[in-house]
Amino acid sequence: MASENTSTTHTEGTDAAASGAATHATGTDATHATGGDAMAPATGDLHTSTGTADHGGGHGGTFPPFDSSNYPSQLVWLAITFGLFYYLMAKVVLPRIAQTLEQRHDRIANDLAEAEKLKGETDAAIASYEQALAEARQKAGDIARTTRDRVQKSIDSERAAAEDGLASKMADAEKHIANVKASALGEVDEIASETAQTLIGMLGGGKATKAELTKALSEVRG
Amino acid sequence: MTGQSARYPRQGEQGFRRVANDPIHQFQIQRIIPLEVGGLDLSFTNSSLFMAATLAVTTGFLVLATSGRGLVPSRLQSIAEMAYEFIASMLRDAAGTQGLRFFPLVFSLFMFILVSNLLGMVPYFFTVASHLIVTAALALLVFATVLIVGFARHGLGFLKLFVPSGVPGVLLPLVMAIEVISFLTRPVSHSVRLFANMLAGHITLKVFAGFIVSLSSLGAVGIAGAILPLAMTIGLTALEFLVAFLQAYVFAMLTCMYLNDALHPGGH
Repeated sequence: MASENTSTTHTEGTDAAASGAATHATGTDATHATGGDAMAPATGDLHTSTGTADHGGGHGGTFPPFDSSNYPSQLVWLAITFGLFYYLMAKVVLPRIAQTLEQRHDRIANDLAEAEKLKGETDAAIASYEQALAEARQKAGDIARTTRDRVQKSIDSERAAAEDGLASKMADAEKHIANVKASALGEVDEIASETAQTLIGMLGGGKATKAELTKALSEVRG
Repeated sequence: MTGQSARYPRQGEQGFRRVANDPIHQFQIQRIIPLEVGGLDLSFTNSSLFMAATLAVTTGFLVLATSGRGLVPSRLQSIAEMAYEFIASMLRDAAGTQGLRFFPLVFSLFMFILVSNLLGMVPYFFTVASHLIVTAALALLVFATVLIVGFARHGLGFLKLFVPSGVPGVLLPLVMAIEVISFLTRPVSHSVRLFANMLAGHITLKVFAGFIVSLSSLGAVGIAGAILPLAMTIGLTALEFLVAFLQAYVFAMLTCMYLNDALHPGGH
C-alpha cells in the first residue's frame, strides 16, 4: 500500500498528465489521495521505478517476462552458466566423444582391413588346395594310364610269346606228320612190291626182279 | 501504478494471489541470494538457479557418460554419442563440413535449451526459456556470430547475402530491401519462437490443471467434470515434452542455417 500512496501523492506534483491519471485514482481510492498529501512534491520521478520494483518482487501487474528489472540478473547469470557450459562442452565433453568415435572408427576400419586380409589368405589357401587337388587328380590319372599301358604291353608280349610257341609247335607237328606220311608212303611201295612178288610167285610166274616190280608199280601209279 | 492497476486488474484481486490457480505465477522471478553490483540488480534468482541446474545436470551427465570411453558404448555413452552425431549431422547437412567449426556452439545451444526445457517440465521448476531476455540473448549470440564470421571470412563479400542471383535489375532494390529486413528480423523470430512456445505451453498447461482444482472443489459433480481437463492436461503434458525437444531442435537448426549464410553468403 505504501507504493500506492506514493503514486497518488504524485497528483499534487506539477506534471499535468500524471495528475490526470491520479484523478482517476482518487476516484477509486479517495482515502489514499488525501492520506498522501504530506510528501507531495519530489516523488514524481520515482513513480515508475518504485512501481516496477514492487511488482517485480511481489506479485504485481507487470508480466514477469517483460519486467526489465530482472534483465541484468538474467543476462549475467546466463552469460556465466552458458559460458561455462560452452567451455566444458568444447574442452571436455566433445573432444572425449570425438576421440571415442574416432577410435571406434579406426578400430572398425582396422578390423575390416584385417578381415579383408584374412579373406585373401583364405582365398589363396582354397586356390592352392584346388590346384593341389587338380595335380593329384592328374597324377592319379597318369599313374592309372601308365599302369594300364604297362599291363597291356606285358599281356601283349606274353600273348605274342605264347602265339610264337604255338606256331613253332604246330610247325614241328606238321613236319612230323609229313615225315610220318612220307615214311608211310615209302613203306606202301615196299609192301606192294613184296605183295606183288609173292602173288607172282604163287601164280607161278617165276621170279620177278626187283627192277621189274618197281617199273610196274610206277606204271600203275601213273 | 494506478495506470498499471487499471491495465492489469488482477493486481488487487485476492483470487490471483493464490499460487495454485495463477498461470503467470510460474514465471515470477524470485531472488534467492540478493546481489547488487554497481546499482544493477544481479541477484541469484530462481532463473539463475535453473540455469545453473541445467549446466550441472547436462555437464554432469555428459562427463559421466563419456568417462568410460568404451569401444563398445554403455547405455549412457550411446546417448551422449547419439546427441553428438545428431547435432553433427544436422550441422554438416546445413552448413557443410566447414560448419563443424561451430559444432561446440550449436551443440551447447541445443543441449542447454533442451535440458532447461525438460527441467521446466517438472512441476514447481522454473523454465529458463520462458523469459524473452534469455532467448533473445542466445539469438543475439548467434546473430553476432554470424555477422562476425561473415565479415571476417568474406569482408564486404558477405553483403552478397542480400543480392540473390537471377533477379531482374528492376526488382533488385526491392528484393534487397526485403532480404535486409528479413536478415535483421532473424534474431527476433529466432528468440520469440522459443520464448513464446515455452510460455504459451506452460500457461495452457497451468490453466487446464487449474480447471481440475477448481472443478474438483465443487463436489462430486465437479470431480466427475474434472476428468475432462485432466485428460487434456495429460495430453498437453505429452505435447509439451515434444515441444521442449522440438523447440531446442528448431533453435539449433536455425542456428545452423544462419551459420551457413555466414560461411557461404552467395550460396542462395
